[in-house]
Amino acid sequence: MLKIKNLQVNINGTEILHGIDLEVNAGEVHAIMGPNGSGKSTLAHVLAGRETYAVTEGEVIYEGQNLLAMLPEDRAREGIFLAFQYPVEIPGVSNTYFLRAALNTIRKHQNLEELDAMDFLGLVREKMMLLGMDESLMNRPVNEGFSGGEKKRNEILQMAVLEPKLAILDETDSGLDIDALKIVANGVNSLRSPERSIIVVTHYQRLLNYIVPDFVHVLYDGRIVKSGGKELALELEHKGYGWLDEALETEPRA
Amino acid sequence: MTEVKDHRDVYLASFARQEKEFATRPSWLREIRRAALQRFAELGFPTTHNEEWKHTSVEGIASVPFEPAQAGPAGAIIDALKGLPLCGLDCSRLVFLNGHYQRELSSLIDLPKEVRAGSLAEALANGSLALEQHLARHADYQNHAFVALNTAFLHDGIFVEIPKGLILEKPLVLLFISAASGRPIVAHPRTLVITGRESQATVIEGYIAVGEEPYFTNAVTEIVAGEGAVLEYAKFQQEGRAAFHVATVQVRQERSSNVTTYSFALGGALVREELGTLLAGEGAAAALHGLYMANGRQHVDNYTTMDHAMPHCNSRELYKGILDGQSTAVFNGRVIVRKDAQKTDSKQGNKNLLLSEDAVINTKPQLEIFADDVKCTHGATIGQVDPEAIFYLRSRGIAREQARGLLTFAFANEVIERVKYKPLRDRLKAALRARLGAGTGKEDA
Repeated sequence: MLKIKNLQVNINGTEILHGIDLEVNAGEVHAIMGPNGSGKSTLAHVLAGRETYAVTEGEVIYEGQNLLAMLPEDRAREGIFLAFQYPVEIPGVSNTYFLRAALNTIRKHQNLEELDAMDFLGLVREKMMLLGMDESLMNRPVNEGFSGGEKKRNEILQMAVLEPKLAILDETDSGLDIDALKIVANGVNSLRSPERSIIVVTHYQRLLNYIVPDFVHVLYDGRIVKSGGKELALELEHKGYGWLDEALETEPRA
Repeated sequence: MTEVKDHRDVYLASFARQEKEFATRPSWLREIRRAALQRFAELGFPTTHNEEWKHTSVEGIASVPFEPAQAGPAGAIIDALKGLPLCGLDCSRLVFLNGHYQRELSSLIDLPKEVRAGSLAEALANGSLALEQHLARHADYQNHAFVALNTAFLHDGIFVEIPKGLILEKPLVLLFISAASGRPIVAHPRTLVITGRESQATVIEGYIAVGEEPYFTNAVTEIVAGEGAVLEYAKFQQEGRAAFHVATVQVRQERSSNVTTYSFALGGALVREELGTLLAGEGAAAALHGLYMANGRQHVDNYTTMDHAMPHCNSRELYKGILDGQSTAVFNGRVIVRKDAQKTDSKQGNKNLLLSEDAVINTKPQLEIFADDVKCTHGATIGQVDPEAIFYLRSRGIAREQARGLLTFAFANEVIERVKYKPLRDRLKAALRARLGAGTGKEDA
């Protein structure tokens, strides 16, 4: 599904990612953990196509295509979805209008029939129930005046409606209380399937109690310094990121 | 100071010719006309040395010998009208063409018979105490050259009187159409709307064009909202791309009246929209909304005045502008709080979206506060379409141009959504979409 080779990324001349290698196969859930400033969000945004980041080296192959040559909207149409850490408020555009426009753009791209207002509403209602969301949120402007938890749920709702092939969750757990966290995890788990891959970017292990990953990677200072199974997350939680400093000082860097 | 060459003399000669036809008019009006002409002759057209016209040069108006249009047959334009905004509204309407009343295009079928609505010339001929009390008593022709000019040429227009307690269910549409006549013409539309105590009404005033030739519209509207009256007034201006449009709307609000205004300025080459309300009675409330859009080399200037004369009045103002191309715009929001206007609560906002590098906006709040127990806030913003929002939309599959159009539409929509009458709201959205199609290269925003 996704193959990242030696990815190096600059922001305003400062190198943030120093060469990332990562392979994600269909059906797998990968967690990317790391302390603040390690480059987790940068990686997530580069995959979604944010243009303020400059890729200086490496390549990303998604479903056999050169992902880095694709526009953000084309990536979305080809099945990539980024759940934002800080979802953007868009005054004046209703959540319903926005999500339906997005869904129909993607459906059109896939040669599927566009959904009319009624069918769309039916689909959204079902997904909102799953996420315990109040239907009134659909008539409000996108994310405007939403609480932190509502914004995160709105991201997962979009994901559930758009049904991406590759979902990237950028710190979707941050700022959520335990009930909201469980609801969000539930929503994500309901989308797990052999055809769909999920990359969970997180600072904390807590979310991974509910979304159990197949693989865990530790991103540290712009490099993946350790990869393993779900137990690696527990080890990190137990020892903290400081442990990495010590471990890396004794090991020569690659 | 350099003297701008202007055609004051053309207006003076034109006035002298008209004066003969006005012998039959009431003497109070003839006096006002003469006084206004006198003031216009003294004031002349404002120059950019005048602080209130600093960013708007009217040389383009002053230097052309505009003359009043002759009354012509309206039949030729009926087909052209069908596609224009406001023309399809299923409401009573009064229609003027190049400054002349068009009975055959007007329809007052929905109007309760207690409501007085029709040509000002006819009302003058029949005599009316309210007319004499209010006509030319609110819009200041002593200090304002364009109001003076309009008042000097006051011969016809629209007179609306809503009686006490009457609730008008549907809006009343006043339509001023300009159509090509082969030479530069001027019209001085004049409107007087009086709403009685505890009445309720919606009045929509439209200025639209058939054809693209240059002309000059110099409109004055006076509105009196009686005690406890609730009035919505919307002005929709989509003049031709070569047109000059100067309009002054002056409102007087009595005790506990509630007036909401909307100004949609989309057309014209050079546009000045003045709107003022005098909160003349305790507990009155005013909400002023504006949306101006310009592209190419259009210039649009909004000058608003919120005059708090009495205590416990509440005013809200939101004007938004979208500027593309090399267009220029001015917003001047004056708020006056007089000595007696304690407990005033006033809030003003002006937000501008610049779609191009070359567009220019001059925005200036102007607070003059003479009372000490008041709450007045104001704020102005100038910005581009939010790149974060564009990326967010694109990350959901929406193309860049569509995202830009959608966000621009959303910016403007904040004003349109406040219009209560849904058919008007729908037409405004359609006009906006058509306009953004030209401005952003995308129809489906």
